[in-house]
Amino acid sequence: MIATSLTSLWYGFGVALEPHNLMFCFIGVLVGNMVGVLPGMGPLATISILLPLTFGMKPVAAILMLGGVMYGAQYGGAICSILLNLPCHPPHAVTCLDGFPMTKQGRGGVALGLTVFASFVGASWGITEMVFLSPLLVRAALQFGPAEVCSLMLLGLLAGSTLARGSPIKGVAMTVLGLFLGSVGTDLETGSERYTFGLTELDDGIELIALALGLFGIAEFMNSVNQVAPINTKYTNVSIADMRPSKAEFKRAFFPMWRGTIIGSLCSLIPGTGPTIASFVAYATEKKISKHPEKFGTGLIEGVVCPEASTHSSVQGDFIPTMSLGIPGDAVMALLLGALMIQGIVPGPQLISQHPDIFWGLVASFWIGNIMLVLLNVPLIGIWVKMLAIPYKYLYPSAMFFVCIGVYAANNDFFQVGEVVAIGAFGYLLLRLGFHPAPILLGFVLGPRFEENFRRAMLISRGDMLVFVERPISAVFVTLCVLLVGSQIYFRLKGSKADLEPADENKAVKIPADLAPHQATPAE
Amino acid sequence: MRPATSTMRELIGKKDFYAGGLMILIGLGIAIKGTSYRAGTLMHMGPGFLPTALGVILVLIGIAIAAAGLTPAAPGSEEDEGILPANPQWWAWFCILMSPVVFIILGRYFGMLPGTFGCVFVAALGDKDKTWLGTVILATIVTVFGVALFSYFLQVPMPVLTSPLQFGVGP
Repeated sequence: MIATSLTSLWYGFGVALEPHNLMFCFIGVLVGNMVGVLPGMGPLATISILLPLTFGMKPVAAILMLGGVMYGAQYGGAICSILLNLPCHPPHAVTCLDGFPMTKQGRGGVALGLTVFASFVGASWGITEMVFLSPLLVRAALQFGPAEVCSLMLLGLLAGSTLARGSPIKGVAMTVLGLFLGSVGTDLETGSERYTFGLTELDDGIELIALALGLFGIAEFMNSVNQVAPINTKYTNVSIADMRPSKAEFKRAFFPMWRGTIIGSLCSLIPGTGPTIASFVAYATEKKISKHPEKFGTGLIEGVVCPEASTHSSVQGDFIPTMSLGIPGDAVMALLLGALMIQGIVPGPQLISQHPDIFWGLVASFWIGNIMLVLLNVPLIGIWVKMLAIPYKYLYPSAMFFVCIGVYAANNDFFQVGEVVAIGAFGYLLLRLGFHPAPILLGFVLGPRFEENFRRAMLISRGDMLVFVERPISAVFVTLCVLLVGSQIYFRLKGSKADLEPADENKAVKIPADLAPHQATPAE
Repeated sequence: MRPATSTMRELIGKKDFYAGGLMILIGLGIAIKGTSYRAGTLMHMGPGFLPTALGVILVLIGIAIAAAGLTPAAPGSEEDEGILPANPQWWAWFCILMSPVVFIILGRYFGMLPGTFGCVFVAALGDKDKTWLGTVILATIVTVFGVALFSYFLQVPMPVLTSPLQFGVGP
């Protein structure tokens, strides 16, 4: 088993090192790093904007590039948090707590240097996990019938919507809405049209890119326009020499780094708990086991490297269920899965055997990409820092053009550009009503497959709903679903939802309440 | 027990009331429209089965959200913010939403070049610190690079410049 994994990995490096693929991997991490630094642009918007550009590419190159954006953005986000005290990307919100005080003490360079190193360690661990765990998962998943697939999807959807940001019940509402939006268009089984209101343009369903760009592009721009405070770039003079940690600092960061890595990888194994939760749990744990917890928030290197290592290990780990089971854990993964589906590749346990070049090429490219990122981040730190100063008023109009042309290029159809306007306005309304639209995408991508498997399961069982609890594997998933929902209701009634909310006494940075995870422990 | 009227009044002022209400409306819409498709049986499901079920679920969730708004503000919730932000940006929102519309109209009848320029120009008008010159310069720069990238490099099938009199650019 281990030997096969290693041979496959070797083959993967062969794929990833092809000049063509190497180039797109590089473009991906470069763009990702760039947008990660830019306040107000997230990986979701960027991946959606780049998605139409990948239509002409081979599937391997496309997924390598889009994956690169995803983890590249994590490196950039840390820069933003440490130097500017801006938690522009949720997973890095806790990094601000100790990262920015370090910057104020003039040790921002060291914090960045060690963060880059910790990120690499975390990512490498996550990738190793992916190499050995995915084939095991696939072996199990190949035994699944439609009933198991269905209840597993249900678990994934519930976890993705209740454990993510914001109120759990609103998250479920968004998932249901997403599932519905996924059913718009021609019904695959009967060929009848649903919810098209006579518009032939809707026969093929709502365009994934229009949905993603409307929700994460236009709605976000409407949310941030004229609201972005001018950025304080006072502390952003960092040179390469500053980034080298002393031996003592390195020693202090070593164990927190590994603890963060382990926490991140554990979190990534639970569906729905993405990097944001991983980094919060890591920070809280590190604080709890520290000999001097009161010093957290004053610029401790432990408080920087632990959550960062955890974020990266969890980001890579999130690819495991996405690629091996076809069940994405969050909206970014759903988008990547959508990109594969646009290329005509069916996600699911058969992906690794049918398209080994995609899976192993992607795994190998993670390592290559992470090494590129380390190399990019150290010498180019000055350039990244300059990018922080790009005003939003130049950023969003340019992004609007990419939104328009991107949606147009998906099908060469102006109708979908109109679609994006409607979705954007609706998305902003949802945002203002306290909904986080990310689970919509999750439901939208999984919706058609969920329906297909549900129908098949019902056909096999002759319309008996009990099949979901009678088959043992499916019963386990259903039990987990019940536990998940039950614990949410319990916490809600108990009224104590955030034991984890880090460092309340710390006013260095105010973490918006909706960024704090709701779960008390990762051992759900 | 508080009198029902004060409870009602309290509820109407809350964001969750509208959030739940919106979900109930959408759910009702989905379910009602869904009944016009064949539902079939559980064993042989028709096209209307799942969407109708989703609509009903959404209505139930909507009721739960609105009801949850009744309980005293949950710790850490976003209750302190109204539905509109503290300083509503109607003009900027209008500009952002109009920008793709301008792109559609200009792009459809005049081609990618004017479409791009118009789209960026209109979007940039939304910023409160805009200057006319700055907006024109930004739109020009994005147009030059954007058209070069998408039309020449990525070959998106959309004419760079055309006139509304030449039909055949698409539907």
